[in-house]
Amino acid sequence: MFLSLTESSSKLLENARTFEFFRPELVESGQLTLLDVPVIYDRLGLDHEELTPEEIDLLLQVFDRILTETKAERVVVDSLTSLTYRIRVEERIRDFMLRLNQILSLHRCTTLLVSEVGPQSSRYSAHGVEEAIVDGVILLGNYRRHGDILRVLQVIKMRGTPHSRAQYVVEMTPIGLLLAPHLKGAQEVEA
Amino acid sequence: MAGEGELGERLRQLPAGAAVALKLDPTTYADSYVLALNAVMRDVGGEADAHTIYVSVTNPAALVWSIAQALDVPGEKLSFVDAISHIMMEYRNPLPNATYIESPRMLENIMLRVEYLLRKHPGTKNIVIFDSINSLAIHNSTEILSEFLHILLNNLKSRGVLSILLATADESDTPIDRLLTLVSDETIIVRARETSQ
Repeated sequence: MFLSLTESSSKLLENARTFEFFRPELVESGQLTLLDVPVIYDRLGLDHEELTPEEIDLLLQVFDRILTETKAERVVVDSLTSLTYRIRVEERIRDFMLRLNQILSLHRCTTLLVSEVGPQSSRYSAHGVEEAIVDGVILLGNYRRHGDILRVLQVIKMRGTPHSRAQYVVEMTPIGLLLAPHLKGAQEVEA
Repeated sequence: MAGEGELGERLRQLPAGAAVALKLDPTTYADSYVLALNAVMRDVGGEADAHTIYVSVTNPAALVWSIAQALDVPGEKLSFVDAISHIMMEYRNPLPNATYIESPRMLENIMLRVEYLLRKHPGTKNIVIFDSINSLAIHNSTEILSEFLHILLNNLKSRGVLSILLATADESDTPIDRLLTLVSDETIIVRARETSQ
C-alpha cells in the first residue's frame, strides 16, 4: 500500500509506468494499492491547518481500518514529513509516531517512511524523533565532486542485522535502483 | 606484440574474466586502433552469447559506432557508455544503443551504466572495452582512477567478463603504465603494419 501525500496517485502511476520493473497488473489485481491521503483528510473533514489530538486518533483509526481491509504487508508513506506537518507539537509527533509504529507492527507491515532532511542537517529526520523510533534509517542525498553531483545512499542503522556503513552512489534505472561504491580518491565537498 | 589476424586469436584464448591492456603503437595509432576494435568487437564480440559494452571516453559513441558498422559488427551485439559527448556538447542525436554520462569524471556512473548493460545483456561471454585509460587519466587523478579500475575490474572478473583496456603505448614507467601493470592480467602491444601515406 502506497500512502501518497506529496503527489497524486495518478501522477505517481504515470511516472512509475516508465520503469520496466513496474507491473501495472498489480494495481489491477489489488496487490498494489495507492491511496491519496489528502482525499482521506477531505472525507474526514480534516481541512484545517493543525490536527487536534482527537483528529490524530481518528486518522490512526482510519489507517488501522485500511490495513485490516487491504491486508497490506508492505507500506510506503510518502512522506512522513507531510503527514506530521499538521501535528505541530513535538510530543504529539512522538506519540503519533509510536502509535503508528504499533499499528504497523500489529499488522506485521514492513514500512518505508520517506522523510525530508536539509542538505546540511546533522539529523536524519525532520523532527529528530522519527530516527529514534524506526528500526532502520537509509540516508539519501547528493554529493558534490568538482561541480558534478552524485546521488548517494548510506545505511545509518538497521536493527537486528549487520549492514554496510559505506556510502554508495545510486542511480534509478529502468530495471531498478543500482548501487556502486562511492570512490574516495579525490578531495570532495559535500553538497 | 600482436598484429593483424593474431590479436583476435590471442584474445579468444584468454580465460574468462581476464583484464587485458591493449597498448596501441603511437606511430601507427589509427590503424592499430582499428585493428584492436576489429579483434575485440568482431572476432571476440561476434561469438554466440557475447555482447560488447564500449565505454567511450576518447571518441563519441557515434564515431566508434560508424567504425563498428564499417567492420560489420552487428548492432544488437554492441552497447555504448558514452562519457564524452556531453562535455563536447554533441548529444543531440543520441544512438539507440548508447547511454550517455555527463562527464568522464563521474566514474561511479560509468560503473552503474556498465552494471545496467550487463544486466540487460546477461550473456556468458560479455566484453567491456575502456577507450581509453589515457583519456580517463586526463579527467581524473591517478588515485581515483586506480580505485575505479580496481573495483570495477575485480567485479567484472568475478562475473567472467573480459575487460579490454585501451591505452597508448608510450614510454614505460609512467603512472598510467604502472596502473595498467597493476590492474591487468596481460599486456599486448598492438602494432598495425605501416601503410604508405
